[in-house]
Amino acid sequence: MNAYYDFAPSGLARGWAAFKRPFHVFDNRPSKIILGIIAVLIAYALPLLNLPIITTPDSDFGGVLFDVAAYALIAVGLNIVIGYAGLLDLGYVGFYATGAYTVGVLTQYHWHWPFFLALPVAIGVTMITGVLLGAPTLRVRGDYLAIVTMGFGEIIRLIITNTHWLGKSAGISSIPMPPTVGTAPGAGNPGGLFQVPHLSWGTFPNVIDVGHKTGVLAFGVLDAIPFYWLILTALFIVLIGDKLVKESRVGRAWEATREDEDAAEVMGVPTFKYKLLAFALGAGIGGMSGAFYATRQTFIQPQSFALLLSELFVAAVIVGGAGNRWGAVAGGAVVAYLPERFRGFSDWRMLIFGIALIVLATWRPEGIFPPRRTRRAIRAEAVVEELEGETVDA
Amino acid sequence: MPESHTAGRTLLELDDVTIKFGGLTALDGVTFDIKEGEILGLIGPNGAGKTTCFNVMTGVYQATSGHIRFDGQALHKMPRHKITRLGMARTFQNIRLFKSMTALENVMVGADAHSKVGFFRALFRTPVHRKTEGESRARALELLKFVGVAGRADELAVNLSYGDQRRLEIARAMATNPKLLCLDEPAAGFNPAEKQRLMELIRKVRDQGYTVLLIEHDMRLVMGVTDRIVVLEFGRKIAEGAPAEIRDNPAVIAAYLGVEEDDDAAS
Repeated sequence: MNAYYDFAPSGLARGWAAFKRPFHVFDNRPSKIILGIIAVLIAYALPLLNLPIITTPDSDFGGVLFDVAAYALIAVGLNIVIGYAGLLDLGYVGFYATGAYTVGVLTQYHWHWPFFLALPVAIGVTMITGVLLGAPTLRVRGDYLAIVTMGFGEIIRLIITNTHWLGKSAGISSIPMPPTVGTAPGAGNPGGLFQVPHLSWGTFPNVIDVGHKTGVLAFGVLDAIPFYWLILTALFIVLIGDKLVKESRVGRAWEATREDEDAAEVMGVPTFKYKLLAFALGAGIGGMSGAFYATRQTFIQPQSFALLLSELFVAAVIVGGAGNRWGAVAGGAVVAYLPERFRGFSDWRMLIFGIALIVLATWRPEGIFPPRRTRRAIRAEAVVEELEGETVDA
Repeated sequence: MPESHTAGRTLLELDDVTIKFGGLTALDGVTFDIKEGEILGLIGPNGAGKTTCFNVMTGVYQATSGHIRFDGQALHKMPRHKITRLGMARTFQNIRLFKSMTALENVMVGADAHSKVGFFRALFRTPVHRKTEGESRARALELLKFVGVAGRADELAVNLSYGDQRRLEIARAMATNPKLLCLDEPAAGFNPAEKQRLMELIRKVRDQGYTVLLIEHDMRLVMGVTDRIVVLEFGRKIAEGAPAEIRDNPAVIAAYLGVEEDDDAAS
């Protein structure tokens, strides 16, 4: 029924389980909270640290991190649809485009709303789009749904290309950035509320590079890091909401629907309503990511929302581990980061990216971070294998 | 637990129900009713229409003609989850658990059937959410204990033994707080000892105030546990009565064992 969870436990998976065993001392609430806070701080500080190896040498690391967070946000949204509710959506880019264009139209093309007013409207519009697409199509299942949604992604792009009101194929340019708090950034002045210096590893022991600063809440073309911090904050808020909703009746209803729609219905789950909810929430999060994309790029056009992106989004969810929010984050990060990291290899980078995906699919078909239940199934199988091994030895 | 009404009130009523799939008549004018507090057995040879009967009651199929009333309400074209909320729950002949969820979560899905928690109540962790969640969990644990699977509450449903899976299905159906519990061949694949334990469980379920409709192949189990039996053959009701009457009914014996004239006519 569910292709994403059919896998053979690999040697790598068991090795990972063995590697993690000593870390079980952290399996209590206080140390989890402390580790969580540290991880969040590292995530925010990442673009300032200039870590060797991790930092992309051939493109602006702040910009890459923005893309990573944007893809992670998309993957978290799509994970609700694919991972939780089990609906294969191959046209997710349509929602990304809807969010981006709502911001483009509201803040620049027809009106001049401030970004933070346009953002919730963009999310709302995308959710409504999700409901409009879902209401007639969620009655079909499995592969048929995948085909219908794939068509939807393409239809959105074609509508934009042919609608004068949306700027046709020329797109929408000079989309304003979010308002800067504090001094405006300019040449030689990062601006913002206050400035934080970057680290520099080349000038040891003078590791703090006072000549290179980033302004907090300063949104300009030169420095992408404030945009990264903005979308990272949105990502964390979405992740918290995702956890609260998943660990409730709603999450159980999604899982039950994914596992066996008829049985769920007979157990009193209004499956259609819950599938529609998953679709609308996923769409809203995709739209949110699109809105951030529009204000960061300041320019959007239909070609930015090609069907290929949808496949990349699905790849992010599957590579990360469908059904696990942290898997989705990791998958989004991998898909956005790897091609940029290998930009120095120019034409070869997509090949390296493709090989990396194949390696992941072979060695870890359940994803980088499979959901809790899949991990438990691996553990159960490992135990069974151990027991069988003992009987053979005896 | 459902409150106990005066015994003998009609809970479910099938009135001249016919279902046709193209040229095949799966149910042909079937009429019977279930009284509150009883265990009714529905038996018949393979292909007699027992499961079809279940499916039309629970809204999986729509009757071509005839009426079904549950607790005084017509079920025609009612969505399946609403029928469940009215108080009819069922298990499946071929086990259909939510495999990648734990035993406890499986039962909680059933317990959620009457929950008022939706997206916003869950997102903002309202008091309603906290209260319902606690109640669902407590009820699910209680039911797991009742059917005897409590020790494996945190195990994935797919990892449970066959017998435990069958019992888990009963617990999940009971969690929806039904007035009528429909069991579709709950003893399929059981050995005699397990069948004995299942019979005890079904009696215990009835003693809790549930009404039970039981589809079963095993004659000894049906005779031992039911109050009344309806016999189907080729989609028609051929007999109805107490177990002792059914055992001696020539039409039933003919249906199960065959009679010579029928064999001649068939060949």
